[in-house]
Amino acid sequence: MLTRDVVTAWTPILLSRVGEPNSEKIGAYLRTGGYEGLRKALTMTPDEIIAEVKASGLRGRGGAGFPTGTKWGFIPKDAPVKYLAVNTDEGEPGTFKDRLIVERDPHSILEGVIIAAYAIGAHRAFVYIRGEFFLGVKRWIKAISDAYGHGFLGKNILGSGFDLDVSVHRGAGAYICGEETAMIESLEGGRGEPRQKPPYPAQKGLWQQPTLVQNVETLANIPHIIRCGADWYSTIGTPQSKGPKIFCVSGHVNRPGNYELPLGVTLREIIEEHAGGVRMGRKVKAVIPGGASTPILTADQLDVPMAFETLQAAGSALGTGAVIVMDETTDMVEVVRRTAGFFVHESCGGCTPCRIGGKRLLETLNAVADGRGTNKDLLKLEELTAGITGITFCPMGTGMCEPVSSGLARFRSEFEARVA
Amino acid sequence: MNGEAVQTKPVGNAIGAAIVDPAKQSILLAALYIAQEQQGYLTREAVERVAKRLGLRPGEVYSTASFYTLFRTEPVGRYVIQVCDGLSCYLCDGAGRIAGYVGKKLNLAPGETSEDGRFTLEMVQCLASCGTAPAMRVNDQLYENLTPAGIDAILERLMGEV
Ligand SMILES: Cc1cc2nc3c(=O)[nH]c(=O)nc-3n(C[C@H](O)[C@H](O)[C@H](O)COP(=O)(O)O)c2cc1C
Ligand code: SF4
Ligand code: FES
Repeated sequence: MLTRDVVTAWTPILLSRVGEPNSEKIGAYLRTGGYEGLRKALTMTPDEIIAEVKASGLRGRGGAGFPTGTKWGFIPKDAPVKYLAVNTDEGEPGTFKDRLIVERDPHSILEGVIIAAYAIGAHRAFVYIRGEFFLGVKRWIKAISDAYGHGFLGKNILGSGFDLDVSVHRGAGAYICGEETAMIESLEGGRGEPRQKPPYPAQKGLWQQPTLVQNVETLANIPHIIRCGADWYSTIGTPQSKGPKIFCVSGHVNRPGNYELPLGVTLREIIEEHAGGVRMGRKVKAVIPGGASTPILTADQLDVPMAFETLQAAGSALGTGAVIVMDETTDMVEVVRRTAGFFVHESCGGCTPCRIGGKRLLETLNAVADGRGTNKDLLKLEELTAGITGITFCPMGTGMCEPVSSGLARFRSEFEARVA
Repeated sequence: MNGEAVQTKPVGNAIGAAIVDPAKQSILLAALYIAQEQQGYLTREAVERVAKRLGLRPGEVYSTASFYTLFRTEPVGRYVIQVCDGLSCYLCDGAGRIAGYVGKKLNLAPGETSEDGRFTLEMVQCLASCGTAPAMRVNDQLYENLTPAGIDAILERLMGEV
């Protein structure tokens, strides 16, 4: 266990409201500083806002960690029509933070949406939400309606001359639609199959117009950055990973849940201090640190700081910040089979390495897990993951391989014990 | 139209407002949800109606609908019970045990619908409730921190309602 004095002192920013009654209502939001960031933003020029977001060091919270201000700068200034798309598709197994923000504090996202739209000069924003988030859909719609009622949306927002309309669109049960170009296809009413990049959405997105796609948690940071400034924001975190992050902790811990902490907190502190340690006094065996598509870490890697650069150096990734903890009793072969199985099931089928390679991968994993496999099957798994990784049309095919290659490399003896 | 997935601006007719978007297709998913509401699945007539209304070919509408698991082209039970099969729920002793328990109580295997048309049992992927695993959903209601006793209570209530 850690001693108390090394526990990071942190007062939540993004999750400051979610525990309060009626936190989703506009009244509660306005009473706690809501829309002050927007008021300030409307006194700034779009360029000033983009510069501020760049200086804050904020990176995307949807999985890829791309610098947010840089992405805003890519939207061409002279394009006549631009769009903003809000990614509320949250489907990466282990991740349950965006649903919490949408259900409990939707205005914090919406305020970020309006500021972002003003900064890039978009007058139309689309909220894409996972079809299964029934309460989230209601909360989004209510928040948007109330924002119209208060003059935060529509024509001439707060007398600034800036116009913005926002609508809500439900997905319909396809994980791949969280990928930004698949989401664009789905918003256009099509099958959610990813598009070739480049061109990136910032150049040609929705209906071929420049489109900014941003994750919910990313947008929820924006009002704070504008209100309190990039100087303040960039004191939080590590050199390459700034700001607070919501870590979704699940699996074999005593207190699973969402924990907001500054980036750079160690995995050990999250598990042992905040999530109450492993249940039944057991030991950690393995941790998936950033959602199902991030490589599995072992128990001797718990001191890694949870930041983009440090997790990469540890052979994994920050991903969505979804920490899945597995204790010493866990069957790692089963974990790998399930995790890879998810991606195989969700493959859009658009490219061969992911569609066919995924099938082969799962067949082989099934054979190993069910005790029908041989040593050759372990070699085959290595060949398949090497063959699929990096060559698929979208990053999902690679994501499918991460649990397999990391599981095999770091828990090899368990796989070997399963095969003849 | 019930306001979902369309312009939420509190003015005018929702379909009319949504059509201001650059393509008719952009409201296709919303239209399919509405078409599915009455019968619980997409009938051929419903698909044709959507196609006609939006000026699309029925084939185009089917092509989109068939991509998404929430659009169904077969009838389902009045209560669709979806048990999470994701990793976190599995770790919390969910997936296998919970699904087995529900299945035994209703005498259904995953994918099956009861003969009286009341219940459909499905295994689904992560419901974004991993912090409160194990989780399942019945129609639009989410249930978390499931235990056998909790499931008994839920199923008893549903059986009483039918
Ligand atoms: C297979 C796949 C699924 C994804 N799912 C999501 C998702 O559910 N939510 C999300 O915000 N980003 C998701 N992403 C990342 C998006 O493509 C995109 O990078 C992100 O929405 C950009 O926003 P950000 O910069 O604010 O993170 C996914 C990416 C891939 C490859
Ligand atoms: S990698 Fe998989 S999900 Fe991505 S385009 Fe290819 S088949 Fe579709
Ligand atoms: S794994 Fe069951 S809700 Fe996420």
